[in-house]
Amino acid sequence: MDAKRESEPTPKNDRTTAERKSERELVVTRTFNGPARIVFEAWTTPELLKRWWVPKSTGLSLLSCEADVRVGGRYRFELGNGASEPMVFLGKYIEVTPHSRLVWTNEESDDGAVTTVTFEERGGKTLLVLHELYPSKEALDGAMAGMGGGMETGMAETFAQLDDLLVTLGASRR
Amino acid sequence: MVQYMQTGFDASFAALSDATRRGVLEQLGRADASITDLAEKFHMTLTGMKKHVGVLERAGLVATEKVGRVRTCKLGRRRLEEEAAWIEGYRQLWDARFDELDKVVEELKRKEKVDGRKKRE
Repeated sequence: MDAKRESEPTPKNDRTTAERKSERELVVTRTFNGPARIVFEAWTTPELLKRWWVPKSTGLSLLSCEADVRVGGRYRFELGNGASEPMVFLGKYIEVTPHSRLVWTNEESDDGAVTTVTFEERGGKTLLVLHELYPSKEALDGAMAGMGGGMETGMAETFAQLDDLLVTLGASRR
Repeated sequence: MVQYMQTGFDASFAALSDATRRGVLEQLGRADASITDLAEKFHMTLTGMKKHVGVLERAGLVATEKVGRVRTCKLGRRRLEEEAAWIEGYRQLWDARFDELDKVVEELKRKEKVDGRKKRE
């Protein structure tokens, strides 16, 4: 990683990367043009968090946003699209290391991930790495099948059935 | 919330809402079959079965191939594609968030500069 640290890569259009790192992990990265303490502040101050967490392009709006950003503190976001029941995202912060590291739980379901965000400053820029670790492969597969936080149960069950069926089908082919 | 941003699942949702189509998938899980075979197994007209297979095909759950006069059906490659599509939706969500976060970061930087200048004065 540090072999070519002098040559700052030119920002591409898609500066955000995302990949499934393993059966249980998702990793997202992005570089911000500012020092880590500023990026960290934007993640840990509810008034600032509110301004970017739910972009307009999602068609959703943030109905409420509470975040007590300290170890053991809880957060609760309510998102709505006007039509259906609001989606609720909640959990607690389990690690808050100023300007460098933030860890929280996702407790919308028993299969929620633990999210770790690290802020690494290099020459006035900040490399942000967001890492989501699910309790099992099935949990991440489930999230991918549409069972993520806030889905209405009926829909989630249907997708779970779809997933089960596809897994069964896949297995019986081998 | 990624799931709200993509409609790709709707097709498979609709495809799986029907008992016959679920049965067809189960059947194809065991072995490839022609539309004629499937129509017979499910006591259905050829036209009726063609419709069901069409729905499954559009959802990517089934792939068909015509060899001579027989159209053979097999399971589609949906699962891999589904995962790739999900990750792209997930990436886009974060990308959109981070574009907004960029603006917040710029604003905080400007504010810090102004505050710093004030202090020196």
